[in-house]
Amino acid sequence: MDFTTPPYLLKEASVQRVMLQVLAALLPGIGAYVWVFGPIILVQIAIATAAVLASEAFMLKLRNKPLGLFLGDGSAIVTGWLIALAFPPLAPWWLIVVGAFFAIVIAKHLYGGLGQNPFNPAMIAFAVCIVSFPALMSQWPPVDLKAGFADQLALVFGFAPRIDVMSGATPLDALKTALKLGEGNTTVATVMANAQTFGYFAGKGWEWIMVGYLLGGLWLWQRKIISWHGPAGFIAGIALIATVLWLWQPADFATPLFHLFSGGTMLGAFFIVTDPVSGCTTPKGKLIFGFAAGLLAYLIRVFGGYPDGVAFAVLLLNICVPLIDMYTQPPVFGHKGSK
Amino acid sequence: MIAREEFRQIATNGIWKQNTSIVQILGLCPLLAVTTNLVNGAMLSLATIVVMAISGLAIASLRNFIPHEIRIPVFILIVAALVTVVDLLFNANLHELYLVLGIFIPLIVTNCIVLARVEAFANKNPPIQSTFDGIFMGIGMLWTLSLLGGLRELIGGGTLFSGIDMVFPGLQPLQVLPKDYPGLLLAILPPGAFILLGCMIAWKNWIEARAAARQQRPALTPAIDGNNA
Repeated sequence: MDFTTPPYLLKEASVQRVMLQVLAALLPGIGAYVWVFGPIILVQIAIATAAVLASEAFMLKLRNKPLGLFLGDGSAIVTGWLIALAFPPLAPWWLIVVGAFFAIVIAKHLYGGLGQNPFNPAMIAFAVCIVSFPALMSQWPPVDLKAGFADQLALVFGFAPRIDVMSGATPLDALKTALKLGEGNTTVATVMANAQTFGYFAGKGWEWIMVGYLLGGLWLWQRKIISWHGPAGFIAGIALIATVLWLWQPADFATPLFHLFSGGTMLGAFFIVTDPVSGCTTPKGKLIFGFAAGLLAYLIRVFGGYPDGVAFAVLLLNICVPLIDMYTQPPVFGHKGSK
Repeated sequence: MIAREEFRQIATNGIWKQNTSIVQILGLCPLLAVTTNLVNGAMLSLATIVVMAISGLAIASLRNFIPHEIRIPVFILIVAALVTVVDLLFNANLHELYLVLGIFIPLIVTNCIVLARVEAFANKNPPIQSTFDGIFMGIGMLWTLSLLGGLRELIGGGTLFSGIDMVFPGLQPLQVLPKDYPGLLLAILPPGAFILLGCMIAWKNWIEARAAARQQRPALTPAIDGNNA
């Protein structure tokens, strides 16, 4: 080990630098996404980026803030990419624009802009759109549907009629619906034997997208952009309740592995829960925030009516952040912990 | 009788300065529940206007006979009697609308706008002023609820005046936006009412701030010049 003498020079940690690395960490997941659902997601990401930048510029202009400084920091682009990745890939273009508008104008700037928003903007976009357009937001194309890029483009831009053949459900939704229709006669094992929807350990195709997010997230952790507390708490929350219920009734509840690699789990764990603005700031708080969000996400996704619960779980926990932070203040260095 | 200046003050207070919905932020429950379209918002406001005008008149006339200690129960009794009249009138003449508005007509009794004006104004002022105060507070509520209802209806479904046939059987709702407009359901749901109400409050504050800035500018200019010199 090398020993040098202080003072040390620290690399400047600017918002832009952090955001660029977050964007880079999303790339493995996006790569898997392109492989599974086709390059249409790149178009959606472009639409989302344009929409968030336009909304951001509009609000900055309205608030008399310097355009270049805030547009260039990349925080809006991260929000845009998360929106595009959370929305169904064949969603019509205006759905992404509505989501981006709500995320930036209502969830971010009306609360005071970067660093002031109590709620995660991308999750607000998701919640607003799934409450307002439940049908469009739950239509995911079947993984083995080999629609050409031109057909997908026509769907996104509204030149082709939206027919039901093009739309399926997410593996989570498919499992929930099959179990409900089976009324106790169907088991998870028989449902998951359907190789069209389910893959090796989770949803077909989906599992690799989740692995991509996981790899990106681990890289962010290794770069010290995020701490391990939030993701670990979130994954532990989902894994704990999933394991308990699965051990109790394996016929009715899917394996913990399925839940960890389905829906928005990995994206949520590494890119949503770790949001430095709307999440907790203390290490213990991050752990609690992640854990509670994981529990809630599982409950909403399994027992609720919506396809996934990550967005609602994170938003509910966002409300609790001030409380959690207040009770998890670490003792000041040199003092004994308050009793 | 009532002086012209006093009348003007009561009117501007009710319609703009002390507007029930966007300044006092009173009566949020009917506001959230009923303003899903323009007609519902306007009709509930009209019912409230009637109740407020008559209760203002009645309570201001009786104000010297009502013991101070039990004034609130007495106010509630008077208001409740009036609301029952309005409720029965709606039931008899606008039955379909009565079914739509449902519990929110009886709930005018507990509407804090009514009780607040009775307690804050009618209890201390002569009958004529109190009647006008009730009417203009109601008109303030009428335009804000109609605007909010109209906005929610337009954004949520692309129409205006839906349900107008329940009030005037010959009329039809207006389809403002194209038929295939998908409709932002959020605007119809309670969060949409909160967001739009927030936007209306911001709009009012923005107008006031601009007016205040314009008024102050001539007064400020000499002072700045004086500093420079």
